[in-house]
Amino acid sequence: MATALKTIKEARAPLATAESVVVRFAGDSGDGMQLTGGQFTLSTALAGNDLATFPDFPAEIRAPQGTTFGVSAFQINFGSTEIDTAGDEPDVLIAMNPAALKTNVDALKPGGLIIADEGEFGSRNLAKAGYGEVNPLEDDSLAKWQLIRLNISQLTLDAVKPFGLGTKDALRCKNMWTLGLALWMFDRDRQPLIDWLKAKFAKNPVIADANIAALNAGHAYGETAEIGGPMKQYHVDPAPVAPGLYRTVTGSESLAMGLVAGTQLAGLKMFFGGYPITPASAILHYLSRLKEFGVTTFQAEDEIAAIASAIGASYAGQLGITSSSGPGIALKGEAMGLAVMTELPLVIVNSQRGGPSTGLPTKTEQSDLYQAVYGRNGDTPMPVIAARSPVDAFDCAIEACRIAVQFMTPVILLTDGYIANAAEPWKVPDMAGYEPFPVKFLDHVPEGGLKPYGRNEKLARPWIKPGTPGLMHRIGGIEKQVGTGNLDYSPANHQAMTNARKAKVDNIANHVPEQDVTLGAPGGKLAVVGWGSTFGPIHQAVLRARAKGRDVSQIHVRHIWPLPRNLGDLLKSYDRVIVPEMNTGQFKTVLRDQYLVDARPLNKVSGQPFKISEIEAAIEEALA
Amino acid sequence: MNEITKLTPADWASDQEVRWCPGCGDYAILKAVQRTMPELGVSRENTVFVSGIGCSSRFPYYMETYGFHTIHGRAPAVATGVKLANPELDVWLVTGDGDGLSIGGNHMLHLIRRNLDCQVLLFNNEIYGLTKGQYSPTSRVGTRSPSTPFGSVDRPTNPCAFAIGCGGRFVARAIDTNLKTLPEVLKRAHANKGTSFVEIYQNCIVYNDGVFEDFTEKKAAPATQLWLEDGQPMLFAGGTKGLRLNRDHLHLEVVDVVDGDWQAADVLVHEESNKAVAQMLIDMPFPAFPIALGVIYCDPAPTFEAAVTAQNAEVSAGKTPDLNALIRKGQSWTVDGKPHAV
Repeated sequence: MATALKTIKEARAPLATAESVVVRFAGDSGDGMQLTGGQFTLSTALAGNDLATFPDFPAEIRAPQGTTFGVSAFQINFGSTEIDTAGDEPDVLIAMNPAALKTNVDALKPGGLIIADEGEFGSRNLAKAGYGEVNPLEDDSLAKWQLIRLNISQLTLDAVKPFGLGTKDALRCKNMWTLGLALWMFDRDRQPLIDWLKAKFAKNPVIADANIAALNAGHAYGETAEIGGPMKQYHVDPAPVAPGLYRTVTGSESLAMGLVAGTQLAGLKMFFGGYPITPASAILHYLSRLKEFGVTTFQAEDEIAAIASAIGASYAGQLGITSSSGPGIALKGEAMGLAVMTELPLVIVNSQRGGPSTGLPTKTEQSDLYQAVYGRNGDTPMPVIAARSPVDAFDCAIEACRIAVQFMTPVILLTDGYIANAAEPWKVPDMAGYEPFPVKFLDHVPEGGLKPYGRNEKLARPWIKPGTPGLMHRIGGIEKQVGTGNLDYSPANHQAMTNARKAKVDNIANHVPEQDVTLGAPGGKLAVVGWGSTFGPIHQAVLRARAKGRDVSQIHVRHIWPLPRNLGDLLKSYDRVIVPEMNTGQFKTVLRDQYLVDARPLNKVSGQPFKISEIEAAIEEALA
Repeated sequence: MNEITKLTPADWASDQEVRWCPGCGDYAILKAVQRTMPELGVSRENTVFVSGIGCSSRFPYYMETYGFHTIHGRAPAVATGVKLANPELDVWLVTGDGDGLSIGGNHMLHLIRRNLDCQVLLFNNEIYGLTKGQYSPTSRVGTRSPSTPFGSVDRPTNPCAFAIGCGGRFVARAIDTNLKTLPEVLKRAHANKGTSFVEIYQNCIVYNDGVFEDFTEKKAAPATQLWLEDGQPMLFAGGTKGLRLNRDHLHLEVVDVVDGDWQAADVLVHEESNKAVAQMLIDMPFPAFPIALGVIYCDPAPTFEAAVTAQNAEVSAGKTPDLNALIRKGQSWTVDGKPHAV
């Protein structure tokens, strides 16, 4: 979803095939499908189409070749109109082997096009994919789709023959041959890809040339071969987007950049304590290259040390940030309580994945909402923010930093595996448009004496850096005395401090925007309320329903805790509320609890994002 | 610096009431630390005491410095963040045998191997005090406690052996109530740049009283304590006994020294940087051997925070932090002012 696409009329009819195309590349995890998809995405962006992608890969790095569990896929939806999701059903499936065909073909739209590398459909690969003796390319099992059989493996070998590579290396150019064919199909310029290959293999020009030759050969094949039948060229017009400078960005990249921006706007240095975990590691990788922005990254010995070191850094006057996924966040729970008790700023990023336990490391889910809002011992309130898309993660990260430093509190920033890996075009903002929120450390004894747990108008305590003369004091996880912060177990004090911590976080609702209605208007028959990465499918589903004249609005919540101050009244202005979530109904429960509204769940926990059609059907049912 | 040199031990004591059990060894350690601080030439505001959970971990509340009483076992990780964020701070870490070697053993390992510049004071009382007397990872086999009513069966760890095994570059031992030697060890620990690991034998008067008395008792001390000093022979029992290296079997042995002629008895001279001998000294079984005390091993190496700071500076050199440039990095494209018709 390009944020600039505000010009789209919501009355637009359902997208016609001519306006948008969904392509899925699928192959073995060693076939370079993610790379192929990434480069096709870039060429799509450069062609001016709006787009959304869905990389879907196995948890295994190199699963046994040819197996169904080793299949890696990359889906892209692009068009001349607003694109918010990676598409419900592919129009085109490029299958590099039998396993890729087997695991992906059922998703293909009836009548859709299959391009299969028949060179890989030998008896061994057929058996590994579970096809047995029967070659699906040769019976009528694919009859409801259109099939093009190409011996991509042989065509690639022929194309790179002049470079004298071994068969194994030569076959590694298959993905570029395929990409060349895809570029021809969608009328794309090859030059940016050729430039990219030259840069990528600058140290090995033979490999660069072989890949370029494969790319050109795939393109030429489309141009010259007498394929006939279903193979034809598509042209997709550029999308009508607002003028400006664009780039593609994944959620991990934009979130990391947002954290840097947030720290800079606060006038602080960043300390990032992390521990490798899928799908959150990309944030650690990205930040570790940005030391010139005052970023220190620390790969800690475990998740607990990652957050504990970040708390230590915040105590010492930098902005401590830590990032993980569900299992790692669980380990950080006790330390989050310490940050709440010591009232230190801290940002905790959770790139959610399928759970519980190790669950589905590379698949997406939204099932850590309870954990974020409630998952600590004691009455331990913490603000929670959720990003809706890769681009939105940038602003959400800045917002998390702002709340953390202005209210002296740890903040949880929720994203998920889908947002983390998916790419979309981003109209790059001008940072001059962002209001700085510089931190003011306490550097002298204030009138009335030093009160480490005194509070300002935001109910935040002062931030005092060790090293400041005259302000020595002690903090810790034991209950603090009101004002002084000394140990105090007394009943009245614990009541007062529990109330103070709650009041501070509740009050944040007065310092964040009121909840808006993304599509539609306050009041009506139905509101579809979402949070996080379900934004895309909900948005498209509500657009389509409204185009059919349905009385339905979209409300998408960024501030999960505390909730926007007008949300209760807003929800009560609709006859019905449905809450689509990739969990078993967690936000629905929070809404019911907070507002006593009859919020109805729409749940999906398959590790895959919602399809637009699934939400459309729920809208129709709710209005029936 | 004038203000610093004028400070007295009382200036390093906070206004908080000390809450350890009467007679606890922690009082003696607190006194030794407060007595040592004015002699280090450091300021109170640049000093940070970080602790975990347990009796010993209440320590920061009683020091008139910055202090952070964190969570069980995690003080090394918090201290790492503090020191990386501000390497100018003088960081002390106070922990115990349970906090530092059981729940926090992993963090202790990594703190030591990274060689973060800080002083680790591990109060070893061989028991869990704050949770009312369960056996700890340093308790001897057979320790009867509420959780081991028939005696513990698992073998204890040796804190100094752990530290040196983790790659520690400064390992020392001291005794809580010895107000003469403890400050000297603390000064050496402070002078070392890197993780200075100090095991302090600390008596828990309530749950493990007298566990170290075989060598801490005044009468027993001379015959059982070996105080190590760099460049000096390893003598004890008033100079009548010493340690010799059996070169055939590579182990230490106790020898008698006649008329002070330690050379004749082939007594070893302590060489702080000799790791192999340090490991033997740490592992000596008591009471067949004396307890090695003082600075057992000291062989400084570059510190973690110095390496991090240097790399941060090196790779940032000549680069201007420009957010607008950062978010525009990579392949981009411009859409002109006239939106395309659909």
